[in-house]
Order: sequence, then structure tokens, then C-alpha cells
Amino acid sequence: MIMKKYSIFSLLRNSMSYHENWQKNWRSPDPKSEYDVIIVGGGGHGLATAYYLAKECGITNVAVIEKGWIGGGNTGRNTTIVRSNYLWDESAAIYEHAMKLWEGLSQELNYNVMFSQRGLLHLAHNVHDLQEIGRRGNAIHFNGIDSEFLTPAQVKEMVPLINLNCRYPVLGALLQRRGGNARHDAVAWGYARAADAMGVDIIQNCEVTGFNIENGVVKGVETTRGSIKGKKVGVVTAGHSGVMAEMAGFRLPIESFPLQAMVSEPLKPCINTVIMSGAVHVYISQSDKGELVVGAGSDNFVSYSQRGSFDMIDHIISPMVELFPFTSRLRMMRQWGGIVDVTIDRSPIVSKTPVENLYFNCGWGTGGFKCTPGSGHVFAHSLANGEMHPIAQPFSMNRFNTGALIDEGAAAAVAH
Amino acid sequence: MTQTNRLSSGGRVNRAKTVKFTFDGKTYEGFEGDTLSSALLANNVHLVGRSFKYHRPRGVLTAGSEEPNAIVQLGEGNRTEPNCRTPMVELYDGLKATAQNCWPSVNFDIGGINNKLSRFFPAGFYYKTFMWPKGMWEKYEHVIRASAGMGNAPSENDPDTYATKHVHCDVLVAGGGVSGLAAALTAGRTGARVILAEEHAEFGGQLLSDADATIDGKPAMEWVEATLAELRSMEEVTILPRTTVTAYYDHNFLSALERVTDHLGHGNGGDLPRQRFWQIRAKQVVLAQGAIERPMLFGDNDRPGVMLASAVRTYINRFGVLPGKNVVVFTNNDSAYATAIDAHKAGAKVTIVDIRENPAGAWVEKAKALSIQIHTNMAVIGTTGYRKVTGVDIMPLTADGKGVTGQSQRIDADIVAMSSGWNPMISLFSQGRGKLRYDEKLTSFVPDHCQWANISVGAGNGEFTLEGCLSQGLAAGSKAAQDAGFGDGVVPPTPAAPEDAQGDMRILWYIPSDRPLGRGRKHFHEFQNDSTVADIHLAEREGFVSVEHLKRYTTTGMGTDQGKTSNVNAIAIMSQIRDVKIPMVGTTTFRPPYTPLTFGAAAGHAVGELFLQKRKTAMHPTHEEMGAVYEDVGDWKRPRYFPKDGEDMHAAVQRECKQVRETVGMMDASTLGKIDIQGPDAAEFLNMIYTNAWLKLGVGKARYGLMCNEHGMVFDDGVTTRLGENHFHMTTTTGGAGRVANWLEEWLQTEWPEMKVYCTSVTEQWAVSSLNGPKSRELLAELTDIDLDPENFKFMEMREGHVAGVPARVYRISFTGEIAYEINVPHRYGKHVWDALIEAGKKYDLVLYGTESMHVLRAEKGFIIAGQDTDGSVTPMDLDMSWIVGKNKPDFLGRRSFARSDTSRPGRKQLVGILTEDPNVVLPEGAHVVETVKDRPPMDMLGHISSSYMSPNVGRSIAMGLIKDGFNRKGQTLSVPLMDGSVHKVTITDPIFFDKEGERTRG
Ligand SMILES: Cc1cc2nc3c(=O)[nH]c(=O)nc-3n(C[C@H](O)[C@H](O)[C@H](O)COP(=O)(O)OP(=O)(O)OC[C@H]3O[C@@H](n4cnc5c(N)ncnc54)[C@H](O)[C@@H]3O)c2cc1C
Repeated sequence: MIMKKYSIFSLLRNSMSYHENWQKNWRSPDPKSEYDVIIVGGGGHGLATAYYLAKECGITNVAVIEKGWIGGGNTGRNTTIVRSNYLWDESAAIYEHAMKLWEGLSQELNYNVMFSQRGLLHLAHNVHDLQEIGRRGNAIHFNGIDSEFLTPAQVKEMVPLINLNCRYPVLGALLQRRGGNARHDAVAWGYARAADAMGVDIIQNCEVTGFNIENGVVKGVETTRGSIKGKKVGVVTAGHSGVMAEMAGFRLPIESFPLQAMVSEPLKPCINTVIMSGAVHVYISQSDKGELVVGAGSDNFVSYSQRGSFDMIDHIISPMVELFPFTSRLRMMRQWGGIVDVTIDRSPIVSKTPVENLYFNCGWGTGGFKCTPGSGHVFAHSLANGEMHPIAQPFSMNRFNTGALIDEGAAAAVAH
Repeated sequence: MTQTNRLSSGGRVNRAKTVKFTFDGKTYEGFEGDTLSSALLANNVHLVGRSFKYHRPRGVLTAGSEEPNAIVQLGEGNRTEPNCRTPMVELYDGLKATAQNCWPSVNFDIGGINNKLSRFFPAGFYYKTFMWPKGMWEKYEHVIRASAGMGNAPSENDPDTYATKHVHCDVLVAGGGVSGLAAALTAGRTGARVILAEEHAEFGGQLLSDADATIDGKPAMEWVEATLAELRSMEEVTILPRTTVTAYYDHNFLSALERVTDHLGHGNGGDLPRQRFWQIRAKQVVLAQGAIERPMLFGDNDRPGVMLASAVRTYINRFGVLPGKNVVVFTNNDSAYATAIDAHKAGAKVTIVDIRENPAGAWVEKAKALSIQIHTNMAVIGTTGYRKVTGVDIMPLTADGKGVTGQSQRIDADIVAMSSGWNPMISLFSQGRGKLRYDEKLTSFVPDHCQWANISVGAGNGEFTLEGCLSQGLAAGSKAAQDAGFGDGVVPPTPAAPEDAQGDMRILWYIPSDRPLGRGRKHFHEFQNDSTVADIHLAEREGFVSVEHLKRYTTTGMGTDQGKTSNVNAIAIMSQIRDVKIPMVGTTTFRPPYTPLTFGAAAGHAVGELFLQKRKTAMHPTHEEMGAVYEDVGDWKRPRYFPKDGEDMHAAVQRECKQVRETVGMMDASTLGKIDIQGPDAAEFLNMIYTNAWLKLGVGKARYGLMCNEHGMVFDDGVTTRLGENHFHMTTTTGGAGRVANWLEEWLQTEWPEMKVYCTSVTEQWAVSSLNGPKSRELLAELTDIDLDPENFKFMEMREGHVAGVPARVYRISFTGEIAYEINVPHRYGKHVWDALIEAGKKYDLVLYGTESMHVLRAEKGFIIAGQDTDGSVTPMDLDMSWIVGKNKPDFLGRRSFARSDTSRPGRKQLVGILTEDPNVVLPEGAHVVETVKDRPPMDMLGHISSSYMSPNVGRSIAMGLIKDGFNRKGQTLSVPLMDGSVHKVTITDPIFFDKEGERTRG
């Protein structure tokens, strides 16, 4: 199928025919008996992997197998923060790789993913925070990534409604101007549409229930729609990765936690950047629809239910009101949760596994949306070449044996 | 003339009390007991807002919290509140409301152009455009954002207060209509603790809108009054009007929002909170939230004046307002006939358009008896008017209902009252993970089963007869109470409540019109976000078939009403397009809250000063007198420095640091974490927790320890003292106190439950004055009975005795490298001892110093601060502290990981001293060290500066940092480029800059 290009002209043209001639974004094919590569998990990362396999590696005999609907996992539930200002060189490399792909993604996919580089602030509320952003800001800068320090007055200028003199007064901030957010659903849909157009089969409502492994080599997957052969299998199932690993006969150093977020009712623009505060425990931005999008920390218990306790939501509301007193009279419109896959060092696993030809891409935890293009890109190349892409190498699961952890959590204490 | 639409009698408003209010700058009158909706309608104001996307004129659709259209900005200044649903706003004198999402006014809105251009803006159009030229999105976005959004956020602080309340109850009844009241009654009679929550100001639900209903032969409202009176007399029953149960979480934990004083008008709440947020743990829950009427999906069904039939009836009966004179009732069922009859009785000219071929039965007969004209088998194909509906066009339906045929005729109408059936309100049930069942007869989803203890009753359970509601309510109340341990489960007989039976309905989810779908007319199923039936077709066409995709692509159900009036219709349309049964399409997950929840209420008291307690030490009042400047460390306020006459931080710190090493200094060390550890296995436990050996530590002796996590990475440190054979006193960093306490408990509870060890946090029990400096011994001697002779009281020992007359534990430990004593006294004596030391210290030139000098002094000695010089990636060996790792211990936390190849590899980042070429340059902490400076980033970095100060005692700047292969680089010259482009040359050194041999400490 030839993908008809979206443009202002196609929109006008289709308006004349009452929008009756738009084509499907993706087909709903029956699974073939065999694929070169099977991607398990139709989230952003899985779909991006399929896209880059087809686009850059010339491998189009690819299936993305999704147990529900594409983008229905964390991809469609996250607070959409995109940034690349990570402390460690290894992290900076992969997130900046993603950032560069974000910067042309709408055009590349011919789908407006609404990537909005409206800037992202990390607030510092105490001396320790200042030291942290000081170090990270420098590290990022000398990794060639944009970073700026702001004084409290400059913060106020960017975010007029902030209460600088809150319980832990704002002492400064780290700004990444290229940071911001994007429309999460559009990312999944855009990748799916473009991948489908190159021949990738996107198979929804099909759950992988097991792997066919012979002599330590994966041969395909068992699904609710029968068994499907695959020369290589890439598993990209986020919160369910532990379950998938168990099916394949090994364990992952991953725990799955509910992570929650909420939105307010829609408002006229009042917050124009993304603001994150570790000390006051809240992060916030405003969607294009006008909702304040506010994220919580992960729940304290492990779970696979895509919802969380009220407790966690409760614990971000007063911090939000403290930092942004204007929100007191506003209202929460919706809260929800996703299941995040958290590794010991809070960095992802993009890796070969003990099973040959079986690859895992997971452990993105609370912050993988921003890396969707980068993760898909390096994973696709790794699958295609049989060797991990250099940017992915540090994220091998072997690091848990060697101790070469990339501990963003402990160092920076910022997760998203 | 005011209140042109007010009936001369009837309704539950207080006509004796006129209330003045303004809408969009114009003043109107209403009555006490009105809502903003009813008062606007009484004044024949129908145009109250503009829709989200097309800026179409919109009016009141409903009479409840499901309102998607009539949403206004309430109040002004610091009390302004966006997105208020007018049916839920009780009228008060001086109320000011303004229309939203329109400019310059709701009557003439520039954004209305969007409607003209709407053909270019189908669902999801934004995904297809605004991509060129590249990099322009933020510009487009700016415009899009300005036209999206709804109300305006206040820009000033909220002057009101809120409360939160946590309660337990036996039976929570959500909804105070007839079934909820009945349930509360039987539950209450058993003596159970019952909470009855009703969203509206008045109890009675649908009965409030029904003038004819009877119970036991009397007007139904009499039964409501009597029931309420009985409930009020019950001690264990809490009756909460204006209270919406907002969410149903696991284990029967529910939340509710009580609007305590909103109805009194802004600022008239007195001492009462504006709203109260309830968090309720209920043994049993009775869900009695009723049902919501469905709109009909006909052409241009969104014009102001098009309302739900039941809402029209509510305005007539409950508020004495007839919203229009020419009422067209458009229905597929009998329930709307009641509206037709009541409107007729109220004096309107009423026409019924019924899509059924041969409606029959008592209701139809009643309408006919009143000579109300009934058009059967007819569809409303479109409406006329713009800011207000002026008429409808109707046409006969084809036999299969998929099209219209024959002649269309126009009927004048200023109100279209529509009904396409009812949806039980299952949101709470579904939030509580209840499973739903599709009821073919009701054509709606009803509660099926749920893992938590709840019972759904009444209309919310798909029961639409009055008697049925009564009987379900009465039964549920006794059952819930009995299951909660109250009463015997006996159910009283159901009182008689005769009604005329209702006939069947005819389901046409989409009402066809004379034009093909999507051409010219708009069939809205989701009003607020402007989503039409054509949009659902488009979504399907483009592959957005799953309900969740449908919702996200068309934004159906994403408005402030969360799809209360739209979800089922949208699902049904999708099922038709896909030609599958409705349950096959599925429902989207209902997410809390049921109606939007005020953030301020959820925050409750935890705002401003009460947001998070400021922890202060016992000595704080004296710090205040001494003019301390504070620093936030964890939740503590710690003195950072004590400036003297206009000194800045630098000057104060230089003075403090110098004087500590010359005479004596004193610091408040009370904030350090302190954990009392007891039990026969305490020593063994510490041996596992710390990297060094603890078994042989003598009683009265102290030892410094490092704690590592499982990866062998340092995460806290401190001095721990053996107070007795089985008794230790542990200290931790200030910020790490809570984390360490949890850490100890986690290991004890999950991994080593066999160990007999008990940990108690005693951080706040002890106030600690830390004396440091050559004269500290002499000073302390003035106030203590403890023998301070260095032969008897050695470094790293503890003695008990008295200081300044109060019992004290004195630890001879030092973080400055000077002779030092940490004087621990019970909290209540802290200030007394501190003050006494200040007084006695005068003759020794005692200087008070804060955390900043403490940092400098310890850095002069090369002592680390865990969390500053370590970052979770640093082993003891990386800190050049191999001496603290017990080589002979069989096990301890982190030991295994030291053997891992990366953890044991040479060349890791290691802690070293760093000296700038220019001794006056103090490098910024966080700056990075490189071997080769390039013109511009990226550059390969070797590590960073973790601590950096001007040291008065070394006489130059000093720094520490974590540098790759640092130990082997000592003596090397490297560079530190700064972000401003400057570069500083540095030399890698040993990190001990002062008194390398450590003689001063032991002196
Ligand atoms: C509340 C919340 C807020 C967040 N905020 C941010 C943020 O601001 N910024 C950021 O960068 N990240 C954020 N994240 C994290 C981010 O959402 C995730 O890291 C990222 O979306 C993961 O994408 P994914 O494609 O790997 O996983 P997912 O989108 O979860 O996709 C995995 C897919 O695998 C499917 N699957 C699972 N098991 C099977 C099976 N057996 N067979 C077939 N299919 C299966 C699932 O149905 C799912 O669709 C947040 C997450 C949450 C929950």
C-alpha cells in the first residue's frame, strides 16, 4: 500500500470529499507464518523499532505483536516529557541521539507528533540541588548538549505563576531549551502508519504467550492467534518485561511499579514550559489542549494493575499547590496509572539475552517516552546486525554482572 | 422584564428571596434555591458558552454534573474559578459569571470562524498538518494553545481554606435519591455508622423533578422528608448534601468532595472551609448514583435550546422555570412524555416527535388526552437558528430507520427536549474495578460483579421504576449493614409507589437526515470537544477502531464531563460501523475522579506554613538571636553561617573556619540522624550493615563506618558507638537519616528476620552541641564533671556524665580534625547547654559556626560528605578507604559486588584532591576536569569537582573530585573548562590538605 502523504493540501482536498477518502493508518493483517523479525509489544519503542528496521535496515518482513491496542501501554499514559540532559555519558549519548531524531520526527514520519521544544526546567531548592544541577549542567554542556543555569529571577520570568518562596525556596534552575514534550499517541500512530506503509504487519489484540526456543535459540513466538515463526525476536513490553523474560527462561533485574499521573481541566495557557522539582516532588506542564499535566512518583509496591493508590496522587497535590498556588482553585479532571519497569540502576536494558536471537529492550521505567526514537533506532540496528549498536552497548544486561551500572537515580535523583 | 421564563408558581425555589447576579456583565435576578442554570433559563438566557474546537454557541444541556456545555468562569480576582458547570452552581447574591472560550463576547466570538472552517478541522486534523516549514510547530502551537483551553486560571493566591477528613464507616451510600435514601434508612436503623452523600443541595434525586410521584399514597417528597428526618435523628448517620463521591479505589477506599460554603457566595463562608475532602474507608458501599439521560444524535443537535428531556422537566418542576414556549420533545421512549406533559401543563406549546412507529400505552394516551401533537416514526433531521434554536425539521423515517423519506416539515421550537434512553451511572462501580454487563433491553451498561463489597441499586443499577428503586434500596441497606455486622438483614416491606408502565424504546443510535452523514449537518455525540458521528466514522476509516483509539483520536469523553453523556452513544455508533455487538466494542476505563476535584481541597490543610513542617533544633531560638542564616537540609533548617556586622557568607565562613582552628568553635549537630540499636544480635547486624568490623568494638568506644548498598556503592556514613554489650548508638548524615532507618528495617524485616535487633530513630531525642578546636577541652571542662584527661577519655570514646548540670553523653569524635566533643543531651536541655557553652566560651573566644564552615573544615581534612563526594557510583576503594573494608569478614552488604569485574577494575573514578594553579580561584562545584581542552564541546571528561572552597587555614582554594584513574594521576596537570569558556589549570593531589598526620585530633 502506498502511504498517501499528509499535508495542508491533502487536508483541503479531503475536506472537499467530506473526509470520506482518507486511508487507513495501518492495515489489520492476519499474522503470516514467518517473519524475519518479530517485535513483541506495540508501544512507541516497539513501533519505532519496526519503523527503523524497515526504513534504515531494509528489513520489512516484520511483525509488531500487541496484546491490546498500539500505544495503549505506557506510551499512551505518560506525561510526555522529553529531554536529553542526563548526567552520565552513556545516558546522554542515547537520549541525545533520541533528541536529534525528535527534532525532525514529524517530517520524517509525515505525522505531526507535536514535538514542542518549549524548554524544561529542573528547579534547585537547596544547596545539594544546586550542586546536582551544577554538575549535571556542566556534564551535559561538555557532552555537546544544550544546558543553561537560571537564577530565580529568570525562573520567575519564564514561569510567572511560580511561588519562588515556597517551603524550599527556588535557588536556581537548570534549563534545557530543547527539552519539552510531544503528543504521545501521535508518536505511536505516526510510527505505526509509516512502518505499515513499508510493509510491517501491525497485529493488534494478539498476546504473546510463550517463546519457541530450540537449543537455546529462539525460533518464534506462541500467541493467542497461533504460533508465529521469527528469525529474530525483539521484546519491547515495558512493565511486562519480567513476565516475558520468565517465559523465555531467565530473570531480569526489573521490578514493575504503578506510576501515576493526572490532568486538570483545560485552561487557557498559563504554564509554557515543563517544570520539574525534586525537592517539592512534582513535575508539571500544560498540554496543547490546556490541561495541566502533573506526574507523581511511583507507588511503593510492585503491581501489574494499571492503576495506583490515591496516596501517591494525594502526595503531589499539595506540593503542586505549594509551588503553584494558583492551582488551588483548579480541579483534577482525570488520574490514571501505568506499569513501569524499573531496573536497579534506573537505566534501560537494550540487550541480547541468554537466548540466542532473542533481544530485550526494556527497563525504561519512569522515563522512556523521551527516548522512543533513539531506543527504536539503536534497537533496530542491533537486531539487524546481530551486534548491539555502540550507543546501546553500555545498556547490556550484562552490566548487572559486571557492576558497570549507569545509576541515574542515585546520582541525579530525577527519574523522568 | 426579568425572569420571563419563570412560572407563576411551583418549584422549590424561595420566591420570597430575590437574588441578583451577573452573567457576562449583565445583571439578572433569580430566586434563592436556583442554580445558575435555572436562573439563566428563567431569564431566557440560553447562550452561555462556546465549544472547544468550533466555538459553536452552546447552552444548558442538562440539570446536573454531567453538563458538557454550560460551563462558565465564576467570580473574579483571587476567587475566580474556571470551568464551572452552571447546573451545579447554586445561586447567591452578587454571583458573577462570564462565558468562556469566546472573544470578545459569547454573542460575537471571533473564534466562531472555526465553525465556518469546520470542514477543514475533522477529528485529528492536527496530526496531518502544521508540519511545515520544519521547526514552525512551536509557532502554530502558540496559536492553537490560545484558542484551545477553556477557562482562565486565577493568577492570584487562593484566599480560601480547605479541610480534609479521614473517616471509617460501616456503610457508605453514594447518592441521595430514592434508592440511596432507602438504603441509608435501613442501614441506619441497625445502628451501623452510615454516611449518606448526595451531590446536590437537596435529597430526592429524580423525585425533585417529578411533581406527580407518590409513595404510600402521599406525594413522594413527603416520604423523602420523613426519611431524612428519621436519618437525622440517628446518631451514627452522617448526612452530607453537596457532596460528590469522587472516586472508588481498592479495598473500599473512597473519596468525596463536600462543597461546604460555595453556595453562600465568595467570601461568605466565615470560619468554615470552602470545601472539605473526605477520605472514607467503608466496610460496605451502596452505589445509588442514578442514571443519566442520553442525547439524541440528530443533525445540529447542539444549538442552545436543545436540552435533555429530563433536564427540561427538572427546570419546570424543581425550579419553576419553563425554558421556552415552543417545546419539541424528540424521543425514542416513554420517559420523555412526562416532560412533554409537564411542559404542556406549564403552558408551553408542545409537539412530540417520536421515532417509534406505533408508540402506545398509558403515557402516550395521557399525552394524547392533553391534545399534544405526536409525530410518530419521524426523525428530527436538523435544527435552525444559530445562537438559539428556532425550529426543527422533521421527516418520516424509512422502515429500517437508516434513512428518511418523503417530505420534511418545519416546526417552530425554542426548546428541543431530547431523550434516547438512559445510562446507569456506573463510573464509581467501574473505577472500583467492577465488571460491567451490557443490557440489551436497556441498551446500556449495568453493574455486574465486583471484588469489593458493594451493592448497586436503583437507576444506577438499571432499575427505573420507583417501587423497584425503593425495594432495591431498602434491601441493600439492610444487607450492607448486616454484612458489616449490624442488624439481622430483615427488609421492611416496600411502600406502594404506583406508576404507569413505560413501553419499549426504539433504538436508532444515529438519527439520519436528508443529507449524507458529515455533509452540512453535524451530529454531535460529544458536545464539549465537538466530536461528531462523522468523526467516529472517520476514526474507523483511518483505523482507530479500538474504543481507546477512538477516544484519543476524536477526543470523545476527554472533556470536563469525562464523557458522561457521550460515551455510550459513541460506542454504539462504532459498533454499528463495525457491525459488531456493542459489548464487542468495549468501554474505555473509567478513571477517577467522577467529577473534577478541587486541588485545594485535596491539599487540605497541607498548604503554606502547614505544607511540610520545618524541623528546628532545640537551639533554634538562640540561632535566631545570633542572626543565623539558614540552609534547608532535608526538612531541617540548619544555620549555614553566623554573619557579623554586614559580613557576607564568604567573609563569615573565612572567619569562622580560622577561629575554630585557633581557639574553639561550636556547631549545632542535632540534625544528624541518630538510631538507637539494641538486641543480642546488634553487633552482628552492624557487622553486616557496615563494611568494617564491629564485633570487637569495646563498650564506650566509637567507630566510623561506611554503609554500602548491594552494588558495593557507598550510600551513607557516620560514627556508631557501643553503649553496652547489646546496645549501639548510630549516627547518619542529616539528609540520609530516614533512608538509613528504612534501610535497616528493610534488611531486618525481609532478609534477616531471625536477627534479634531493634532499631529506634532517636534523632529528635538528642540535642547535640559539637565543640571543635584546640580550646574545646578547656571550655568543656568548665561545665562538666566528666574526666576529660586525654589519657582517660581518648579520641573515639564516649563518656556519660553531666554538662551544665544536666545528664549528657559526650562523644569524642571529630569532623574537623580538631580536638572535638559532641555533647548529646536530651532535647529539652539542648538550648540550656548550648547557651551555657556560649556563655562559658566567651573567655575562650568561642565562635559559632554553621554548615558552610563545617564543609570547609572537613574538606581541609579530606573527609567526605556522603551524597556530595559520593553519588551512588563510588566504592570505599574509590574513596581510597580500603582500610574500612573488612577483609576478613565473611559477609556484609556490598561485599559480593566488590568482586565484580567493573567494580574492581583499575581506572575507575577515584576521589582525589584538586588544586588550581591560581590559588585564588575557587572552582564551581560540578565543573568537569578534562585532559584536553577542545574549541567547543563535546570533550572527553575525566570527572567532576565535588567539593570546592576557599580555605583560610590552608591559605588557598582547595577542591576534591572524582576523577578517572585519579590515584594514578596525582601530580598530573589537567584542565577545568568552564561553561563561560574560561579554562583553569589544576593539579591532582592527595585530598588531605591540612594536618596530614592527624595529630591535632588526638591531642
Ligand atoms: C504515568 C507515567 C508517566 C510517565 N512520564 C514520562 C515522561 O514524562 N517522560 C518520559 O520520557 N517517560 C515517561 N514515562 C515512561 C514512558 O511512558 C515509558 O518508558 C515508555 O512509554 C515505554 O514505552 P514502551 O513502548 O517501551 O512501552 P509501552 O508503551 O508500555 O508498550 C509495551 C507494549 O507491550 C504490550 N505487551 C505487553 N505484554 C505483551 C505480550 N505478552 N504480548 C504482546 N504485547 C504485549 C503492551 O500491551 C504495551 O502496549 C511515564 C510513564 C508513566 C506510566
